[in-house]
Formats: sequence, C-alpha cells, structure tokens
Amino acid sequence: MQSARARNIASKVVMYIVLIIMAFIMLVPFVWMILTALKTNQEAISVDPFYIFPAHGWHWENFAEVWQSYNFLVLYKNTLLMILFRVICACLTATMAGYAFGRLRFPGKNFFFALVLVQMMIPAQIFIIPQYLMVSGLGLLNTISGLVFPGIVTAFGTYLLKTGYEGLPKDLEEAADIDGCNIGQRFLRIMMPLTRSSMVSLGIFTALFAFKDLMWPMIVCTRAETTTLSAGLAKMQGQFSSNYPTMMAAAVLAVVPMIVIYVIFQKQFVEGIATSGGKL
Amino acid sequence: MKQKTLRKKRTKAQKREMIWALCFIAPTIIGLIVLNFYPVINTLWQSFCKTGDFGKGNTFIGFENYGKVFASSEVWHSLWNTIKYALIEVPFGVVIALILAVFLNKKLKGTSLFRTIFFLPMVCAPAAVAMVWKWLYNQQFGLLNNVFGTNVAWISDPKIAWISIGIIGVWSVIGYNMVLFISGLQEIPGDYYEAAEIDGATGIRQFFHITVPLLSPTTFFIVQTRIIGALTIFDLMFMVMDKTNLALQNTQSIVYLFYDYAFTQGNKGYGATIVIFLVIFIMIVTFILQRAEKKLVYHP
Repeated sequence: MQSARARNIASKVVMYIVLIIMAFIMLVPFVWMILTALKTNQEAISVDPFYIFPAHGWHWENFAEVWQSYNFLVLYKNTLLMILFRVICACLTATMAGYAFGRLRFPGKNFFFALVLVQMMIPAQIFIIPQYLMVSGLGLLNTISGLVFPGIVTAFGTYLLKTGYEGLPKDLEEAADIDGCNIGQRFLRIMMPLTRSSMVSLGIFTALFAFKDLMWPMIVCTRAETTTLSAGLAKMQGQFSSNYPTMMAAAVLAVVPMIVIYVIFQKQFVEGIATSGGKL
Repeated sequence: MKQKTLRKKRTKAQKREMIWALCFIAPTIIGLIVLNFYPVINTLWQSFCKTGDFGKGNTFIGFENYGKVFASSEVWHSLWNTIKYALIEVPFGVVIALILAVFLNKKLKGTSLFRTIFFLPMVCAPAAVAMVWKWLYNQQFGLLNNVFGTNVAWISDPKIAWISIGIIGVWSVIGYNMVLFISGLQEIPGDYYEAAEIDGATGIRQFFHITVPLLSPTTFFIVQTRIIGALTIFDLMFMVMDKTNLALQNTQSIVYLFYDYAFTQGNKGYGATIVIFLVIFIMIVTFILQRAEKKLVYHP
C-alpha cells in the first residue's frame, strides 16, 4: 500500500515535470517576441544570452511606429470584415443545407450530399487558380468581397450542421407539424436554435481558418491598404527584415486580438475544435 | 376513393417538402459547383494549356506540361521536401500530443492552464509564428544560438533547414492534436481502467493495452488529417525562407512551388499541372491510408 502511494506520487511528479517543460517550450517564442518588441534594435541584437529584459526602459514606441508606418488599423478592419462576412455566409448557407440534408426528404438527396462529401476530400489548392481568375474577372481584386469569395459556402460546415440536425429528437418537429407550422417556421423557430453549439463550432472554425490563411489574401489583395494581417506581415517582412523589434512588434499586434478572444471564449474554442475536428 | 385523396394529399405535402429542401440546399450546391467543381475542371483544362504572356490567353499543348513536371527534378525535389516535413511534423506532433493529452486527462491540478498554453499556437497566424521562429533561429543574434552558445545556421544550412522548419510545424500543431486526443480519451469508459486496476495492471500497461487500442480511431483520424495538412504546407516555408536563402531548394514545399509558378511568375498552366500532380499524390496517400485503416484501427 505504502509503495503504491509512493509510486503514485512519483508518477505525478514526473507528469508535472514533463508538462512544465513543455509549457516552457511553448511559451518561449511568445515571451521572446514580446521582449524583443520592447527593446531597441541595438539591445535586440546584443549577443549576451542573459540580457533578457530591455535595460534602458521599455520601448513602447516600437508599437506606435509599426502601427503608423504599416497602418494596422486598416489591416485589423480588413481582417475583421473578412472574418465577419465569412462566418455569416458559412453559418447561413450551412445551416439551411444542413437542415435539408439532416431532416427533409427529397429526390436526389444522396447525390447532392455526395457532392458535399466529395468537395471535402479534394485538397483546396486545386480551386485557387480558377477562383483567382473569377475574382479578377469580376473586378473584385483588392476588395473585401474578393477576400470573402471562396468562403461563401462550406461543404465542411454543411456536413457538420447535418450531423447536428440529425441528432435532434424527432417528436419536436412532429408536434410543430401538428400545430400547423410550415417547414420554414419549423426550421427557424424550433430546429435552428437547437443547433446553436454546432453553429458556434462552425463559426469559430471559419474565423480561425480565415484569420490564419495566408495564400488567398496574398493573391487577391496585393495592395497594403486592402490586405489582411497575415498577408500584411508577409509584406512587412520584406521591408523591415533587419529591424527585429519592429518585426516583433508587428507580430505581437497580429496575434494579440485572437489570443484575447481565445482566452475569453476558451471553452467554446476547445469544444469547437474537438467536436468539429476540421482540418485547420 | 378515400385512399386516393389521402395519397394525393401526401404527395402534395411531399412536394412541398421537396421545394423547401431544394431552396435550402440551393445556395450551397450552386456555390459548390461554381466555387469548387467548376474550378477542378478549369484547373484540369489549364494544365493542358500554355499560359500566354502576362498570364493571358491559353494555347492547348496537350501533355507538354505533364511531361515537364514529371521530368522536373525541381518538382520531385519539392515533393521530397514536403514528405520530409511530414515525416517530422506528423509523428512528433502526434506522439507528443498524445502524451500530453494522457497527462492532462488525469485529474491533476492546473490542467486547464496547461491546456490553454499548449493550444495557444493554434490561434496564432502562421505568418506571425514563422516570423518569431525566424528570429529565434537567427544565426548571429537569435536566442537559440546565444543560449546554447552554438553557431548553427538553423535556416540557411541546407542539411538542417528542413528540420528547423519541421520543429516549427510540430510546435504549432501539438495543441490541436492534443485537444482532439483529449476528447477521444474522454469517450473511453472508466470501467476499463478500474478493472485493470483490480487486476494489478500498471499505468504504462494500461496505456498500451487499453488507451492505445481504444483511442486508435481518434489517432487514425488525427494522423490522416495531419498527413494531408503537412503535404499541403505552404505558410512556414514561404515566411521563413527568403528568396535568396541557399537552403530554399531543400525546403520549398510542393504548394510553395505551385504558388511561385502560378502567381509569382504568372505561369498558370504549369502551376495547374503542379497542383494536379499534388492532388494525385494525395489521392494515392489517402487510398493507402484507407486500406491501412482496417488493419490499424481497433474495431471492437
């Protein structure tokens, strides 16, 4: 008994040591990013490994400098609008299609759903050239609409919502049917509110995907004032590549909003990723 | 007579249901056709064409692009680079995440704090992540060389640059894999472990005899998504490797090559061929994985 308890404690200690080491490794890049962002370039390139904190005051002006010279306000605005419209479009189209696939009977259902499944299996890179040509043909280069364009519909979201609707009990709708509600009313008033958690998952997934995407904004929004945070960083890297504090200040500004949102809505984020299991 | 009207009524209701359903799926289906299925055909078509100057105008040239792609050492080299990246990211990303998930699934104090920290890279744009790591890897002034007192050219030595990029990939993906593992672990009934406890099985034996087999569907799902994710990697290479970097040849991924030809050089035809090449490769990999699934995944 004594030895079992000792073993238990020992295994706990080992687990904590592993977890702490890993947490340290995960955090070092973040910490170093913030510390570098607050130094002068002279301090940043000092080769003393124990010279961790900025010695001559914290240089918050680095943030003001990138904010001004790279117009972060516009980058935030573009990114936010792109995310907002993509989330609205994805949730709206996916919840409608998901309801039809999960709840209604109609001819050709299997065929249409097969289209959804096939799209999910095709690597997205194959869509990019024609999507770009369409956006360019419609005159939507360097616009928010151009950024939103490939995300108007979502096969993955349709699949996710279909599963959500299928999981709801049958008698709910039957009762509403007897009360004389038509399908539209049943969908809007009864069924849709019940799939809120699937919708939140899809919304978080869509937002994260759009936020992290680099290639599409780089292709369709080549001008600095029309692009997103990700693509904006790529542009900046070309310009300030040897001014490390500036670069790190830009990186901080690009990651902080999403980290704040994540820390606040942590539960939803983790559940959203765990239940959707989408490929990010 | 009565039956007839009843049937007619039902068909009317069915018709109504059908109309509603078709209206509901219309945006998605039309969208998928315009945004996804037409592009597949269009990309295929372009792969048989030579793109004119300034990316305008297509001339049909048959299999010429395919001939070039298959004969191009650059394409094969990039495919090999991509596979090498996957060989680092997938196994390390999965094994480390599994260990962390098992630890966090035990009722330890501070679990949620650790989970928050491990998941943090997932909510950061890869562009920013790559910039930070590039700075850590900096040969002269980077943190890594300073702390370890080394002088390693982390991202410009062709022999190790692919490992350095793989490390960024592992660091980025651990949290995501871990969250999926945790939700898989929570579905394993606790009775299995209690029974094993009574039989005197140790933690490690429990892990290999209960956790690993019962978790195998989750593991397979993660491995499959991560393999496909790794084979389409782009952001890390694009952000970390400068155009002038000598190691670019040994790290550029196949999607990087696609981007470079299709959008930097404006050669859409050749770019389309590269992407078709990649899709065929991914389809072969997926097929093999599906075959392996029956053998590797434990079906009770």
